[in-house]
Amino acid sequence: MNNPDNFTSELLVNKGHSPGQLLQLLCEIQTHYSHIPPHAIELLSGHLNIPPVQIRTVIDFYAFLHRDARGDFDILFSDNITDRMLGNLSLLNSLCKKLGVEPGVPRADGRVTVGLTSCTGICDQGPALLINGMVVSRLDKDRIHKMVGLIEAGIPIDHWPKAFFLVDDNIQRRDKLLSHGIISGSAIDAMVVKGSDALLKCLDGSGLRGRGGAGFKTATKWRMCRDAEADEHYVVCNADEGEPGTFKDRVLLYSFADCVFEGMTVCAGIIGAKKGFLYLRGEYLYLREALEKTLQARRDAGHLGKNILGKQGFDFDIEIHMGAGAYICGEESALIESLEGKRGIPRNRPPFPVTSGYRNQPTVVNNVETFVAAARIAVFGADWFRSAGTEESTGTKLLSVSGDCARPGIYEYPYGVTIRQVLEDCGAIDTQAVQISGAAGATIPVQEFYRKIAFEDIPTGGSFMIFNQDRDLLDMVQNFSHFFCHESCGFCTPCRVGGTLMQDLVDKVMVGHATSYDLQEMRNIGQIMQKSAHCGLGATAPNPVLDTLEKFPGIYSSRLVNRSFEPAFDLDASLEVSRHITGRDDEGAHIRHEK
Amino acid sequence: MSTEKTFRLDGRDIPFIEGDTVMDAALRAGEYIPHLCHNPEFPPHGSCRVCVVDVNGRHQCSCTLPADENMDVDNSSEAITDVRRSLLQMLFVEGNHTCPGCEKSGACQLQAVAYNTRMLNPHFTHFFPKRSIDASHPEIVFYYNRCILCGLCERVSRDIDKKSVFAITGRGINSKLEFNSLSGKLGDTELSADDKAASVCPVGAILPKYKGFEVPIGERLYDTKPISVVGDVAANHSAEDSVLGNADEYSSDE
Repeated sequence: MNNPDNFTSELLVNKGHSPGQLLQLLCEIQTHYSHIPPHAIELLSGHLNIPPVQIRTVIDFYAFLHRDARGDFDILFSDNITDRMLGNLSLLNSLCKKLGVEPGVPRADGRVTVGLTSCTGICDQGPALLINGMVVSRLDKDRIHKMVGLIEAGIPIDHWPKAFFLVDDNIQRRDKLLSHGIISGSAIDAMVVKGSDALLKCLDGSGLRGRGGAGFKTATKWRMCRDAEADEHYVVCNADEGEPGTFKDRVLLYSFADCVFEGMTVCAGIIGAKKGFLYLRGEYLYLREALEKTLQARRDAGHLGKNILGKQGFDFDIEIHMGAGAYICGEESALIESLEGKRGIPRNRPPFPVTSGYRNQPTVVNNVETFVAAARIAVFGADWFRSAGTEESTGTKLLSVSGDCARPGIYEYPYGVTIRQVLEDCGAIDTQAVQISGAAGATIPVQEFYRKIAFEDIPTGGSFMIFNQDRDLLDMVQNFSHFFCHESCGFCTPCRVGGTLMQDLVDKVMVGHATSYDLQEMRNIGQIMQKSAHCGLGATAPNPVLDTLEKFPGIYSSRLVNRSFEPAFDLDASLEVSRHITGRDDEGAHIRHEK
Repeated sequence: MSTEKTFRLDGRDIPFIEGDTVMDAALRAGEYIPHLCHNPEFPPHGSCRVCVVDVNGRHQCSCTLPADENMDVDNSSEAITDVRRSLLQMLFVEGNHTCPGCEKSGACQLQAVAYNTRMLNPHFTHFFPKRSIDASHPEIVFYYNRCILCGLCERVSRDIDKKSVFAITGRGINSKLEFNSLSGKLGDTELSADDKAASVCPVGAILPKYKGFEVPIGERLYDTKPISVVGDVAANHSAEDSVLGNADEYSSDE
């Protein structure tokens, strides 16, 4: 092993001494050493002029960064509800048993760690895991068995079978966006020819709204940013696709990357940005190499860099920044904080990023799909785009379909498609419910399957998870409440504490300890979170609980204890420590509850 | 005065100037909005959420919300007090706040704001976290049990003292305060008892050593008058004063 100082020093030479690079440097150091050693912190502190404590707080914020060494093989099982439904936990247990390792604790020889992580965006090809940052898809007993052999033999993952790391696009239905390709450079050419004002008008006329889910009008955002006077303007592509059950950006970044960058370049031309960022979630590290190549090809073709397409003064380039395991960084102001190398705590707003974003300069942050749509619109025009969709929701939407259906994958539909139609097309039968828009979204029961995917009915960033009649929806609720607890940034009281109280109450229902009083308590806490949280994560975190309490009361009531009050203290659970110490788990080591 | 811009708060016209938040204007006009992470001396933060108000039907954080005409602010209804009380109860169960055994009792902002919302019990299930005490500093002791993560010491040490002694680390419910030293001990930081950061804590997390019960129970900051009259802990602290302050000096504001 190199001297840590050498590796970090070299990095600092290559990447420069800007404090904004902190997170990027930490990601590289983590990859190299499987943790951030103390002397690396010291070195970074000196060169970047950041107090050591601040560097430590950044490390502690991101789930993929560690102060203590992980194993040489650092394995994280994706733990979305869809991974659970595909049996990820039994595979994890079997891997741990075979390797002789406890979840979350490095093996004594330092060879391996095994743990869990939030949804990795491989829901259509799960269960999945990350090993040293790279995705292994389609896990089964056989694959786990082979992995054990490779790990014990100490074979680096570069030499593992390529099939392990295959992730297919899995596009099941194409519409306007995915079937009409554009020639590289044609959208920026259209802008140079028509002029940026005309193109902004065209975008306005198309009715394009943000594809991340909130649905702000794209042309309005770009105009506000352009009109904000400042030294610099920035374009940011939000590729932090962290919403559980969403994976459409993975496909766009893999097979339509050139168009994503084209859209960003069009935006840069309109708002006057010289610099753009693609903020790529840590889970998608495996896409980075190809993305860098696409960027280089665009530079070589004169589509990025100085005087783009020969137009004097049209200078723009794009840098890829990695995330490191923090769902909250999908929130645009937290994403900007993260881009600046800090903890991803959402900012107070106003001011909004369009007037004060990256380095407090006007910044456009848009979803991957939005940039692809914008590039297409620049070439094909507003009418082409408007001819699909509804009056308020023009164009098409990519859905990431997973869960109980015959054909999971990417489905592109014109806005206005009904839930029933999607279920039919993907071969879902005997469906109990669909969770739309991820963990913070809406749980849709059978009687609402006539409803439409559209901003005016059910808006979504693209997550579409299907649950058949055999599923216990409380498993989903529990998975999501634990997810939100894990991903809460901890800044505000209602999300940090309320989210934990909520999680504990869901657990209490799950083990059959809760009473009707506890359900009312969950409603109250949910309302406090909705009313007082600092950002969208905290305000929407109680949604799965509140939604299912209303629409699926049976999953709760069937488990209630028939008393008005039941203490939170669980006598049997509290004996767990003693059972662990004594190695006993027989009947006599338990106190059974009368139901 | 007639050209002055105003907004409505509990039925009263509150004048404001450009750049004011709702909190700024309200405090200046003598209207108390409960708060913990906010200290008018420093830029707003917005993390405790206790200053939540209802503005034209929407819940907003008054310390970060720019004041605007056409605002109708509810700062005192039972509904808004209910939200605040729940937030305070959350803070109480998150840490270990045993008021009777705390040196800061009676001069503690968390306690005083809790009284302001008529909080009578912690309501939620206690977390009872295992937290330690850092007594490594010669003049200051830090009680993790009482820290409410308001971030004031972090901001003040960074922005005013220019030392960055404190920083909140971790994430979610595992967030905690950390100190800027290689050992992680407070005693190995540059903190000095004269630092502004040593006296901004609204609760009893950062306390001076070798001072105890200098002001008897019954005569402390909030013992005779409520926080809505007396004001913040930090505003009542001066160089000569102990951290606990003395209410009598400030009662002339009434």
